[in-house]
Amino acid sequence: MASSMTKIFRSAVKLSKHHNYGAQRCFSATAVTNQSDDIKTVTLIPGDGVGPELMQSVKEVFKAGGVPVQFDEIFISEVMDHQHAGVDEVVESLKKNHVALKGIIHTPTGGTGQLQTLNMKMRNELDLFANVVRCRTIPGVKTRHSNLDFVVIREQTEGEYSALEHESVPGVVECLKIITRAKSERIAKFAFDYATKHGRKKVTAVHKANIMKLSDGLFLESCRQMSTLYPKIEFEAMIVDNTCMQLVSNPHQFDVMVTPNLYGNIVDNLAAGLVGGAGVVPGENFSKDYAIFEPGARHTFSQAQGRSIANPTCMLLTAANMLQHLNLEVYAKTITDSVERVIKAGKVRTQDLGGYATTHEFTSAVVNNMR
Amino acid sequence: MASKVWTSLKTGVSRSLNKRFYSQNVRKVTLIPGDGIGPEISASVQQIFRAADVPVEWEAVDVTPVKGPDGRTRIPPAAVHSMNQNMIGLKGPLATPIGKGHMSLNLALRKEFNLYANVRPCKSLEGYKTPYDDVDLVTIRENTEGEYSGIEHTIVDGVVQSIKLITKEASMRVAEFAFEYAKANSRHTVTAVHKANIMRMSDGLFLSCCREVAEKHRDIKFNEIYLDTVCLNMVQDPNQYDVLVMPNLYGDILSDLCAGLVGGLGVTPSGNIGAGGVAIFESVHGTAPDIAGEDKANPTALLLSAVMMLRHMELMGHAGRIEKACLEVISEKEHLTGDLGGTATCSEFTQAICDRVQQLE
Repeated sequence: MASSMTKIFRSAVKLSKHHNYGAQRCFSATAVTNQSDDIKTVTLIPGDGVGPELMQSVKEVFKAGGVPVQFDEIFISEVMDHQHAGVDEVVESLKKNHVALKGIIHTPTGGTGQLQTLNMKMRNELDLFANVVRCRTIPGVKTRHSNLDFVVIREQTEGEYSALEHESVPGVVECLKIITRAKSERIAKFAFDYATKHGRKKVTAVHKANIMKLSDGLFLESCRQMSTLYPKIEFEAMIVDNTCMQLVSNPHQFDVMVTPNLYGNIVDNLAAGLVGGAGVVPGENFSKDYAIFEPGARHTFSQAQGRSIANPTCMLLTAANMLQHLNLEVYAKTITDSVERVIKAGKVRTQDLGGYATTHEFTSAVVNNMR
Repeated sequence: MASKVWTSLKTGVSRSLNKRFYSQNVRKVTLIPGDGIGPEISASVQQIFRAADVPVEWEAVDVTPVKGPDGRTRIPPAAVHSMNQNMIGLKGPLATPIGKGHMSLNLALRKEFNLYANVRPCKSLEGYKTPYDDVDLVTIRENTEGEYSGIEHTIVDGVVQSIKLITKEASMRVAEFAFEYAKANSRHTVTAVHKANIMRMSDGLFLSCCREVAEKHRDIKFNEIYLDTVCLNMVQDPNQYDVLVMPNLYGDILSDLCAGLVGGLGVTPSGNIGAGGVAIFESVHGTAPDIAGEDKANPTALLLSAVMMLRHMELMGHAGRIEKACLEVISEKEHLTGDLGGTATCSEFTQAICDRVQQLE
């Protein structure tokens, strides 16, 4: 209550100021019609690989678009120890800001002596249970299937990623997959709510309950139970291997998909591949209180680090989705439109889309196309 | 027609004339025709084998489960005996009865003969257009443990624990097989697919086994790649992969994904390699009860599986000829079955291949 009062007060002060200075008033009048011009603070985690370069691109575009967002930048990494700030700092920052823009953090194979990866720690700490990746064909990106538009919703706090492993005797390793009813119901509800909110028709639960009868069975049952509360949304179940086969042969049948952790990882990446690859697909993560926006297919693309060849599209679209979440719709739309315009024109294309443009050239093209 | 009579006459004569000669040259193969369209497509394969004069004698067995003395259903002993004798089998699709208490027959066979590796070559068919062309890769899947270990329990209500089991023994065995396969089939690269960044111990063990085996096979290139990266790249540029080896669940998913790239399970062959030299080749599509008995089925998957079987038996000449005939008939598009967009019946398609095989001789 108190904060909204101050907000009103502040804007009142601003208005009176504008009244006095004509020129300034006209400038901010547009901003006022756009949004309230409070500057919002967002946590920024650049990530490994090409992450920092892509963030630079986001910053340039935000600056050019006059986006009222400032960043609280925290570098965390599992491979660059000397710069690593620690998960606690991220948590602290998010408690203040509630929203973050994040690059991809590289997860090395073995050698760290810990079973839990940095990404897992962060997701568990913040309880970021839902990962949402919307796979949509962007006009101008050459792909094998056209006009795709579906959403993959993935549970990402349990399942195969529980980091519970042990070597019973030498040469015999057990890895536990944990499925709980509470978390299965939570993600199922999230998926149906998402479908309702975004006017989607169908939710497909992806599972392997024919083999993992108890664990995936519980997940499937939770989804099925939840579906009875949403009679307007069609529900279907599909076995994960068949899902993958259908995705490559007939992807148009999908609308919203809800999956446990590992299958989500597989389906996300497969789906991203269908619409043009990791460079063009945005993603987002939600918990009850926080939202972290990061690329949909999580690859650091570290072989391109420092070469300025990465496609900033996915990070720009991710950032635009974040602006949408912050109720800065106009800015979000400006950026999305501009990115799509550049891609559709096809003059400036990065390597992954068959061109020779650098990250910087693409970013400039986006800036020049903002209107 | 004349040549067919001659063929059967020839085999008949050689059989009756020289038992010893026969036992050296003609090998017995156990045939499990299967359910639904199974019998039709099995007959089609047998007809093509006769036309190609393949020195194989079929021993058809029934695997409809029977109740044992202990009350549990199992594969009939005669079928088990036949497989153990012949070591090689060809199998059509089997329907698994739905309901509790029935073990899937496929699983029962896998357990019975310890079929530890599943091999699925995926190759684009000329003449059957999909959005992906020039796919030519092989997936090799560990088939006995991993996520499908079947060890699961409810700890408290609403909390289930499912155990993924990875052992050094099984991982080494499948890795070893992958390299052997690559060598025998003139492939150049083996790629281990894993998720050892997340499942650091279990997939880590699988990966280290693959590395260890790779050390022994320096002539074959070895790569490792994350499962999600493979999925991402596979749909963008499938040409970059050759032989892929992986644990159970990943293999299940990727093999079906790759089949999807080249036209689905109706055109992809599959082989299961067991401990002690047993091998069962099969078509992995369903039983298609809706078209069973109507002469509409497509025998391609089973035929290509049979070709894999001939290669496994080192009957390279016959394998090459039948494969060539089959692919040519498909690429000419004149005798395609309904699922490939044609109007031919199963027997027309089969006859076309038989004719072609004889021309190729």
